[in-house]
Amino acid sequence: MLAVQQLEAGYGESVILRDVSLQVRPGQIVCLLGRNGVGKTTLMKGVMGLLKARKGAVSYNGADLTKTAPGGRAKSGIGYVPQGREIFPQLTVFENVLLGLEAAKVKTRTIPDEALEKFPVIREMYGRRGGDLSGGQQQQLAFARALASKPELLLLDEPCEGIQPSIVDDIRDVIRSIKADGKTAILLVEQSLEFVKSVGDYFYILEKGSIAWEGGLESLSDDVIRKYLTV
Amino acid sequence: MLPFLKSWKVLCLFDRKAYTQQVHKRGEFMELIIGQLFNGMSVSSILLLIALGLAITFGLMNVINMAHGELIMIGAYSTYLTQNLFIDYLPSSMFNWYFVLAIPASFLIAFAIGLILEFSLIRFLYGRPLDSLLATWGVALMLQQLARTIFGAPNVGVKSPTWLDGGWMLMQGVVLPYKRLFIIGLVIVTLFAMYLYIYRSHAGRRMRAVMQNREMAACLGISTRRVDATTFAIGSGIAGIAGCALTLMGPIGPALGTYYIVDAFMVVVLGGVGKLVGTIIGALGIGLTNTLFEFWTTASLGKVLVFLCIVAFLQWKPKGLVAMRTRSLD
Repeated sequence: MLAVQQLEAGYGESVILRDVSLQVRPGQIVCLLGRNGVGKTTLMKGVMGLLKARKGAVSYNGADLTKTAPGGRAKSGIGYVPQGREIFPQLTVFENVLLGLEAAKVKTRTIPDEALEKFPVIREMYGRRGGDLSGGQQQQLAFARALASKPELLLLDEPCEGIQPSIVDDIRDVIRSIKADGKTAILLVEQSLEFVKSVGDYFYILEKGSIAWEGGLESLSDDVIRKYLTV
Repeated sequence: MLPFLKSWKVLCLFDRKAYTQQVHKRGEFMELIIGQLFNGMSVSSILLLIALGLAITFGLMNVINMAHGELIMIGAYSTYLTQNLFIDYLPSSMFNWYFVLAIPASFLIAFAIGLILEFSLIRFLYGRPLDSLLATWGVALMLQQLARTIFGAPNVGVKSPTWLDGGWMLMQGVVLPYKRLFIIGLVIVTLFAMYLYIYRSHAGRRMRAVMQNREMAACLGISTRRVDATTFAIGSGIAGIAGCALTLMGPIGPALGTYYIVDAFMVVVLGGVGKLVGTIIGALGIGLTNTLFEFWTTASLGKVLVFLCIVAFLQWKPKGLVAMRTRSLD
């Protein structure tokens, strides 16, 4: 279980997140909502360790990760699909997926089938350079790379941003099948309400760097949406 | 004379005047062409060897490593030390084999010093190229002074193994010295090993990932600290091998590195930062053009002309011969 407690984080002098606490239970899909610039991606980076916590703590399965570098967090079972995919442009698609194995708990040289069965197109593009792929293909590659290490928690930062509708459906199917397996929890940042409502178990809404609302699917009413999410 | 021009004199293989006279006498141009071509290849191979380490530390890691020349110098003195150890402790019949041991020894000693350098200084300077220039220049001066203190200011000679004396008579008037051929072979082997490491090994894949996207590599569980340290040390080690090869070309001294640092940077910048292929083409380009200009003019003027060509070329293509182009880097 991931637990973030009273996290404060930011860039340089400016504080973006204040007193943020949230939990992701095993197998649960938790969605992080909020308008632009409220700190959703900053929170993801804080969980992954790309931003240091000024105050508060991040723990995973009871182990305190607050001082752990991103590499250590990846090895403890957290997979990350960042905003903008962050594919290695000069490496081949195959090499990109292989790098996903670096964090695997059992040292292996073979990519697990689970990582690729949802994205058969990745296998066909093994020899191409990551940077030559389209945005949608890169997003699928980023998913496959994150799934290669069989993470128990997956951080997804806007996985559907700028992606054609058919691949958005693919991604939705992937998230649903992960949920059906029940082995991997997901912390999801996504702008599309329709998308998060179709997959999410629990919701947090950020406003001005703090959690303004939290609750299950049934309590995510139109009033809440109007108050915190409508522009 | 500027120090880096000296290196070019060392590289000069044939006595040009005698050569042209000979050619005019017999009117045979074939041997002239072959001789000059070999000369060009030889200069290129030395340029490539001294630039390969820098292609890693500067090309991949963006550290303007002014101490690269001193790592070459360390490699050269490592060879000198290996030679002395053989003279002192082993029967003279074994002497010829010292050079076989000197190559890995130079690599390892330069590797270790690179590791210390990275740990104590370079790791604080990533992403600050100008600071790294000043700091490593300081390191270069310190290493030179250290060499002067330990080995003395005068140059020392390293005796080449006898199996590298003489040359291969290709045809009447064209003798290819074994030392030059050996260096060309050494470059090819080094290049091949580097290719295997960078493009075919797991460690190389991690290295390329870190150099392309440090944050994401860290998020995948790669220890970026370890990759940085190893990469810098390998670049340093290859500089050590270059130093070992340079002992075949002439005496070595504490300022050996200063003769070669400009050439090394020139090759890497001309070739295009970050690409091994670029470095190879850059070295060949400079080596061959230099031989050509040197043949037409003099050693010093030839080099000036080469520099002018490089300056003009970089005005036209500032990113060098082989620039990285991809959708995600725009």
